Amino acid sequence: MYKVILPARYLFKRRIAILAILAVALCVFMVVVVMTVMRGLLQDFREKNHNFFGDCIVSSQSLVGFTYYEDFIKQLEEQDFVEAVSPVINAVGIMSMPGSDLNDAKTLTGIDPARHIKVTNFAETLHYRKSDPQKAFVPTYDPEKVGCVPGIDMVYLRNSSGGYSHGLEPMPIELKISCFPLTARGNLLNSGMGSPVNTKNFFYSDDSHSGIVKIDSNTVYLPFGRLQSLCGMGGKNPRASAIHIKFAKGFPVTNGTAKVTSLWKVFAKKYETQAATSSEQTYATLMDNVVVESWKGYRRSAIAPMEKEQAMMTLIFGMLGIITVFIILVVFYMMISSRSKDIGILKSVGISTTSVVGIFIVFAGFIGCIGTAIGMSAGCAMLVRINSIEDWLFDKYNWQLWDRSIYAIGDIPNKIEWQMLTIIGTCAVVACLVGAIIPSYQAARREIADTLRVDQL
Amino acid sequence: MSKLLNANGIHKSYPMGQTKLKVLKGLSLSIEKGEFVAIIGSSGSGKSTLLHILGALDKCDKGMVEFKGRDIETYSGAEFNRFRNLKVGFVFQFYHLLDELTMLENVLLPTMARAGTFGWISARKPAKKRGIELLDRMGLADRIKHKPYQLSGGERQRVAIARALMNDPELLLADEPTGNLDSATGVGILEALEAFNKQGQTIVMVTHDDRIAARADRTVRLADGKIVK
Ligand SMILES: Nc1ncnc2c1ncn2[C@@H]1O[C@H](COP(=O)(O)OP(=O)(O)OP(=O)(O)O)[C@@H](O)[C@H]1O
Ligand SMILES: [Mg+2]
Repeated sequence: MYKVILPARYLFKRRIAILAILAVALCVFMVVVVMTVMRGLLQDFREKNHNFFGDCIVSSQSLVGFTYYEDFIKQLEEQDFVEAVSPVINAVGIMSMPGSDLNDAKTLTGIDPARHIKVTNFAETLHYRKSDPQKAFVPTYDPEKVGCVPGIDMVYLRNSSGGYSHGLEPMPIELKISCFPLTARGNLLNSGMGSPVNTKNFFYSDDSHSGIVKIDSNTVYLPFGRLQSLCGMGGKNPRASAIHIKFAKGFPVTNGTAKVTSLWKVFAKKYETQAATSSEQTYATLMDNVVVESWKGYRRSAIAPMEKEQAMMTLIFGMLGIITVFIILVVFYMMISSRSKDIGILKSVGISTTSVVGIFIVFAGFIGCIGTAIGMSAGCAMLVRINSIEDWLFDKYNWQLWDRSIYAIGDIPNKIEWQMLTIIGTCAVVACLVGAIIPSYQAARREIADTLRVDQL
Repeated sequence: MSKLLNANGIHKSYPMGQTKLKVLKGLSLSIEKGEFVAIIGSSGSGKSTLLHILGALDKCDKGMVEFKGRDIETYSGAEFNRFRNLKVGFVFQFYHLLDELTMLENVLLPTMARAGTFGWISARKPAKKRGIELLDRMGLADRIKHKPYQLSGGERQRVAIARALMNDPELLLADEPTGNLDSATGVGILEALEAFNKQGQTIVMVTHDDRIAARADRTVRLADGKIVK
């Protein structure tokens, strides 16, 4: 209708229209950039955890571990929803370097690389043995020696671009690892010479970079069997701390976890009823400490704070979004309220209430769409270049958004999610429309004489 | 002469704190077709209020306004819009032009409102011609591209008159069209209005200037919420 187009044209002649477009664009831009990065960071952290631990973990909550794990593994491997299984020893120990004062309590993880790489992305976290992960514990400089794989942050300092400068070959560093072996009943095992401590030397053969700060700075990987005996878990009835499971491709983690849980219940029950001797009864009670969890559940304590942070961020930015919507609404409300005289004029020449409101809806729709389009394009452009912008800032001013020597992220996440963009855009446009409809409808409904009196009073 | 407009027993009051400010108290007035009526009265006596009610820009509390024998209260929304668009032209005391439109666009507004988008394509040419002609008669032929803020008060008032006449309404309601003008220009406008009146245009004009009122066919005085003469 021409009676819509002409007044819309007159509205666009006002400078405030440009300001309104800019306001909408700025708000949309900010929300798009911040939400994308925040979501990306959490997604990244979740993915790293998932990749690093596999889909499902059967683990004992006691340092003692549990027996018969190989039987259960065998049973699991027969299931067609299971792709791969890997037993793991989790222990704590003291790491020291012969000939130096360095010593520290560390988390020790015993794995069989050949099995573990099928369940997790352990292979990709390696540096020297990336392409030959079975030999993770074989030092390139001396294949006869027993290797160990410390988390990368224990070996190198992260540089400001988030990388590490490896040498061509691993340095021949010797590390002394001491453990406190426990019996199946949980008592300290007095190994030879009356000392309650088992000690063994390992040689740095590679390092692991999982991207999970706590793990990379605190965990040393050792060959499964070696750590098993260091902890006193080997022998006739060997024990393990956990079984990591990877499900067949596409099999839902929750379903898989539920299936494993019921398998485990039956398995544990069988050993409990069969237990005859007192040691067999002890082994059966060890199974009570075992829980079956999805990777999410297993890593809850690590992910929860991050999720809490994300929830808080979402809340903060949700409020920001609401404020944004409110600002847009207010901009329109003020812009149109100040034009209530114009509404009176338009109505006095015979333009209907619906047409008058229509004019402002068209106007607000235009501004909302243009502003949103500008804001989104700018936001996406910013996201695409966010890493090069950060690099440039760092080169030029030595300034970094996230100091990579502190934060274990590589690039700033900038994956654009269309679903999110749609929601943001819709909210912005709806805010414009609501901000326009309310005051224009209010003004258009009043008696014409009243709206016209506004600036004479 | 036939009756064009008839107002009967018009009451209008405005809320004023606890009490009511009674502005019109049972006013009656009737306008014949082709008449040139001047309404005079002191400031605040309710002249603008009355004119707004006659032009369906405001509602009265009590009473009835008949246009060509039909109570405008019975109009539907669409009929009201038609009435404002085609039947009456209103010249406001404070001009009320749209600031962002040129003089010509302001004058064309009633025709644009009448014609739809497609209607406007065909209506455009003759409408423009008429708009320019009206502005010419108001002595503003060279200012059609100017914006309201570039014009003086008197010039704006003349544009407002041109706009009111654009759709050739049966009734022209002018609220102090000469109020802001020096007497020479005021007389110029008055002459223009007289010329329209000669061509059959019915005009109701509010003024507080007795000399200007004297040139109308009939003068009515508004006092104490009623017509006293
Ligand atoms: N919306 C309103 N609310 C309250 N009082 C109002 C309102 N509109 C008009 N009035 C009052 O009604 C009275 C009449 O107003 P009106 O504008 O009709 O006077 P007028 O005769 O046109 O005066 P002037 O010659 O100064 O233009 C005034 O006292 C005015 O204050
Ligand atoms: Mg007045």
